[in-house]
This record gives sequence, C-alpha cells and structure tokens, in this order.
Amino acid sequence: MRYVDEFRDPEKARNLLKEITGLSARLQSGKARPLQIMEVCGGHTHAIFRYGIETMLPDEIELVHGPGCPVCVLPMGRVDDCVTLTEIPGLIFTTFGDAMRVPGSKKSLLQARSEGADVRMVYSPLDSLRIAQENPDREVVFFALGFETTMPSTAMTVLRAEAEGITNFSLFCNHITIIPTVKAILDSPELELDGFLGPGHVSMVIGNAPYDFIAGQYRKPIVVAGFEPLDILHALWMVLKQLDEGRSEVENQYARVVPKDGNPVALDAIGKVFELREFFEWRGLGSIDHSGVRMRRPYEKYDAETKFAIRSTRIADPKSCQCGEVLKGVIKPWECKVFGTACTPETPLGALMVSSEGACAAYYQFGDVEKIHARRAEVKAVEPMMARTRS
Amino acid sequence: MTVVQLTPASSAPRRQLGRIHVPNVTMAHGGGGKAMRDLIDDVFVAAFDNPALSTMEDQARFRLAELTAHGDRLAMTTDSYVIHPIRFPGGDIGKLAVCGTINDLAVGGARPLYLSCAVIIEEGLDVDTLREIAGSMARTAAAAGVSIVTGDTKVVDRGACDKLFINTTGIGVIREGIELGVGRVRPDDVIMVNGLLGDHGAAILNARGDMALSTPLESDCAALHGLIGTLLAAAPGTRFLRDATRGGIATVLNEIAEASQVGILIHEERTPLRDEVRGFCEILGLDPLYLANEGKIVCAVPPDQAEAALAAMRNHPLGRDSAIIGHATDGRPGRVVMHTVFGGRRIVDMLVGEQLPRIC
Repeated sequence: MRYVDEFRDPEKARNLLKEITGLSARLQSGKARPLQIMEVCGGHTHAIFRYGIETMLPDEIELVHGPGCPVCVLPMGRVDDCVTLTEIPGLIFTTFGDAMRVPGSKKSLLQARSEGADVRMVYSPLDSLRIAQENPDREVVFFALGFETTMPSTAMTVLRAEAEGITNFSLFCNHITIIPTVKAILDSPELELDGFLGPGHVSMVIGNAPYDFIAGQYRKPIVVAGFEPLDILHALWMVLKQLDEGRSEVENQYARVVPKDGNPVALDAIGKVFELREFFEWRGLGSIDHSGVRMRRPYEKYDAETKFAIRSTRIADPKSCQCGEVLKGVIKPWECKVFGTACTPETPLGALMVSSEGACAAYYQFGDVEKIHARRAEVKAVEPMMARTRS
Repeated sequence: MTVVQLTPASSAPRRQLGRIHVPNVTMAHGGGGKAMRDLIDDVFVAAFDNPALSTMEDQARFRLAELTAHGDRLAMTTDSYVIHPIRFPGGDIGKLAVCGTINDLAVGGARPLYLSCAVIIEEGLDVDTLREIAGSMARTAAAAGVSIVTGDTKVVDRGACDKLFINTTGIGVIREGIELGVGRVRPDDVIMVNGLLGDHGAAILNARGDMALSTPLESDCAALHGLIGTLLAAAPGTRFLRDATRGGIATVLNEIAEASQVGILIHEERTPLRDEVRGFCEILGLDPLYLANEGKIVCAVPPDQAEAALAAMRNHPLGRDSAIIGHATDGRPGRVVMHTVFGGRRIVDMLVGEQLPRIC
C-alpha cells in the first residue's frame, strides 16, 4: 500500500534501532534508571503496541505512556452526565465508538443502550447533525470529546447547524486541550522524564510553537511524531540525538503533515465556537486549570449542558486505581495493584483499561504478559525498599 | 459433487401451490391460516422445490441407509442469521444462512446433506424481497448439493425484529477415518488460511453506509465443503478446521491455543489481506485479524502434509490465495503471538466485546 508500507520497512527499522541502541547506551551509561521518553498521544501508544515497538527497544529506553487517550481521561462524573442525558425521553445520544464502554459510577453508555436508551455510534459529528435533520421532532446530543484533533470537526458542525437553522441538535462538550496537561505533568515532582514524543494529529491543528515552553522553560527535548512505526523510531532517535548533543528543542518529525503554524481554518473554527473553561477534571489527574473548553455564549443554544441543565457531580476514582500514577509515568501499568486482576478490559475499573489507546488495555491486550508477570514479581520483591525511598 | 436425492415421505401427488397477492407481509401471514399457507407455498416451497418439503409433513424423513452410505457419524449444527443490511455486496442474508451452516458442518469434516430454514419476518417486509432471499437460498443450496427439507415461518410486529431473521439447521455425515478437533493441534503443526481475510467484516461495515467510503469490497460469503473435501483428500492427517466468522482468525487461533495447550506463532507479513481491507482498517483503527469472514477457514496440518495441503487448496477456486501464516509451538501454551511486519512482536488476544472504531 503506497504511503503506508514505506513507513513499515523492517530494514530501515533495523538501521534506526542500531543508532538508537548506540545512543541510548552512551546516554544511560552509569545511570541507575533507563531513559524515560513519554509519548503524550494515545495514537502513539496504540501504534507502539500494535507493532511491538517496545519489544524491539534496548533496555536503556523506557517508554512512558502519557495522558493522550481522550476516552481514558474522561472523568466518571461526565460519563454519569451522559447517562443522565440518555434518560431524557425521546432524546437520541450520539457518540464515537470507543466512548461507549467507558465506565460511569453506575453504568456505561453501552449498558444504558442495552437498557433501552437510544445511544447511537457515529463516525463524525456531522453524522450526528444528519440524525438531527432526519428526526426534527427529537433532540439529538453529540458527545463531543477529544483533544484539538477532533475539536475542529465539532466546531464546524456547530457552525453548520447554525447556518442551516437546526435547533434540535446540541453538544455535550468534553473537549480538552493538550498544553496545560503536559505542563501539569512537567510540574509533577515525581516525574523524571528525559524527553517527549509530541502528538502528531494535535500538532496538525495547533502547529509546533505551543511546545516551545517544554524545550525552553523545562529543558526537555520534544519531537512531534507521526503514527507509523518508522515515524516513532525516527522521532525517538531524534530525541536521543538532542539529548546526546545537549540540546532541548522542538523538532518536527511529522513535517509531511504538520505545518509549523498549524491549520488556520481549523484554529479559526475552534476560536469562534469554543473558549477555555476555568478548570476541567481529568480522570486520574484531578482538576487542571484551563485544560478544557466550553462553548462561547453565541453558541450556547447548542450546549447540551445549558439546554438540559446538566449539573455535573464529581465522582471520585475508585481508590484501588492508580491511573493517575500510570498517566504521569510514575508507575508502569503492570505495577498497578489491580492490573489484570480486578481491572481487565472486560471489567475496567480504571479508565486506562477502556480504550485500546489506554496504556493498561494496550499492555493487557498486546503486551508480553509473561514479561509483565515476571516484572511484577520483581516489583513485589523491591516494594518495601521503594516505599522507604519514597517516604 | 452429486446432488443428494431425497426420498419423499409419501408418494402422494404434489399439491397445487398457493399464491399471495399483496406486496407486503402482514401479521395475517403468521396467523396459521390460509394467508400463511399461501406465503409458505408461494415463497419457500416454490423456491426450495423438493419432494420432502412439498409433502408438507411436520418433519423431513430420511432413510438411514442413504445416510450411512456417506459415512459413520451424523453431524448436526444450527445457527441464526441476523445481519444489517440484509443485502450486501457479495451476498444477502439467505446466501449467508445457507453457506454459514454448510461451513459449520464441513469444518467438522462432514458432507452437508440437509438444511432446515426457519424465518422470523418483520411485518411490512415486501414479499418480493422475501422471494428474492428465498431464491438466493435455493440457488446457494442447489449449487452446494444440499436440500432445504423443512422449515418454519413466523411474522412479528413491526420493530420486533430487523426485517428478517433466518435460522438454518444442518445435517451432514462424516466419513470414516476423519478426526478433527480443536484440542488435537500439536507443536510444529502448520497453520494455514484459504485466502484474503476480513472481506466480509469490512464489506458489511461499509455497506451500512455510515462511513461514506467508496470501496469495491465484497463479502467472501461461500460454501467451503468442496474446498475442505479437497484439503482432506490431500492432507488426511489434518488436525483441525474452523471457519473464521465473527471474531476473525484471532479468535480461532486463541481457541486452538487454549484447547490444545500450544503456543501459536503467526507472521503479519504472511497474513493475506486485500489492500482495500488494510486501508479500511487503517482509517477506522480496526484490526483485520478480528474482522469477520464468511468464506475463510483456519486449518492446522501436520508439518509433513503442509505442502500438499497448501497446493491442494491453491488449486481450488476458493483457495487460490491460501497461505501458511504460522505454526504451533510448545512454548507459551495458550498464547497467540504475532511477529509484526515491522520486526516487533505482540500478543494477539481474544477480543473483549465488539471492535469499536477509535476516536482518532
């Protein structure tokens, strides 16, 4: 397949791996811990597992799977709000497929549907608008979620709804923005990251400039990466190269798709429709200032929160879940107390076990389970010592 | 393959078939009276056209001697077919119902002989559609050399089912000496498939029209007993066969690994996929290993018969793209591992629930 197979060439991968192995051995030499590189984006996490990239890397590199799966970081209270919306008589609730399984405090949207709610899976917000046009006597709510990647299509759908005078359509807006979240991670005192793989799809919209603070203020290299396996290896090599040369810069590995200044049409639509919320809660990470968006006043009539007077309640994450620590890279998924026991893809306790982009689900489904069990035993053996060190 | 000749239960002359004169099925067609009788006669008896059915007894009757002439064990299977849309590129619900049940018999090594056909019809379905589906079932069954010998018709209120549900039960006979089973696979056995994977799953998702993608994808829906007969003749030691329907080949491989307590190692680059299916999966974030097929089998063959099996399958029209995708191992029992095209490796686990397209 043209433009795909070129990015999965094993020969090129071998050459890159040779370089990566050499660089990481030199950089890690004498250090107690491996080099930690965080991929912020869930799409990268998925590709890393889908192609077994972790199994190819030398022990000197550890990938930390960051908070980039929008489904995984959705707080439980917001899922409960969705379920409340589905209970409004006659209402059609539309959502992307992988949001259907996210557990709320009582049920998921999939369970709500099995109990009779009209929940429909769509592939784009425009599909949802079409459903509204086809059902003029019913209210249609689209569950809008995702980072800047999906924000433009939602914004454009609202603009089209207004242009066409459609009034039975609204959004339950849960869009989030990546920059404050990365900043919150960088400010975490437990963190020891050496560099970042920047999100390709988000950067396609916002460009590279918003990451300048990572390289400047925090002195961490960041390389915006594509989603093919060679993209990821290439970007890893670029991060190591920066570390080796003592640089911390924002580099763009995904230049074939990501323009430096982003996409002005998409940014314009986002700016017209959305404004930053003062704070927004993330599952596992708590409230992060200015990390979510809501609809601007002129578009309030398309805001399901206002239209249906949704009063979001905060539901604490299950105590046993360590999603937050996994998201921040403080522990690996298999180090969580409930990974693979109480928390599995069939019975997800934590959000990271829900979507295949979630680090825990990816480890569980694509990961090397025997290796995980072996590492788990090692962790158990050193746990008392670790506890002393942390205290 | 010779068409099985049924012996009619009685020598009574065939009845004059009734006719229906309304465009849509109504609740009256399920009421048990003349309207129902006319629907059955006009649509099903006329299409399936065989003496056992036309006598309209409550059951089909078989002479045991005719069955035992084909082998030493009876095989029986049943499956219900619910699919949206009921017509799709490469087939329809009727063809699917006949092929699916034939394949469920054939993968046990059975020669399929007889099928039943029970339909649940949503009030309002147009009679021409029903006639067309029954015709499709009849053509598929005739081409496969099986007879649809008994059935049942129900009509339910509008909204109580989606247009048409079909259940088919099948009976076949297994020849002496054929022993296939999911627990019989041994380390070093070779794992094969008979062609390009995921066509049915991708074609159905595409036919639902939600994605507005324009691809020429067609379902691979086909009756596989001929291919399986060829395979078993070339590789009589074949350990296991299964049609990779819902859950795709990933599910079948996991079933083998678990039941036979072997590891399974497959190679992504040897897994045959159509470019259109690969592209489709790339766009939606789906894994083709989990996509449904309706004309594909996974087989496990002892290593010394693998080449013969592959050559025989490739000589058959339904096996031209057959490929060896991996083998069973004695390490990591119960696990399926894939060497990725990129040089890494990953676990291929059972799917939890249905595959849902990813957000981005």
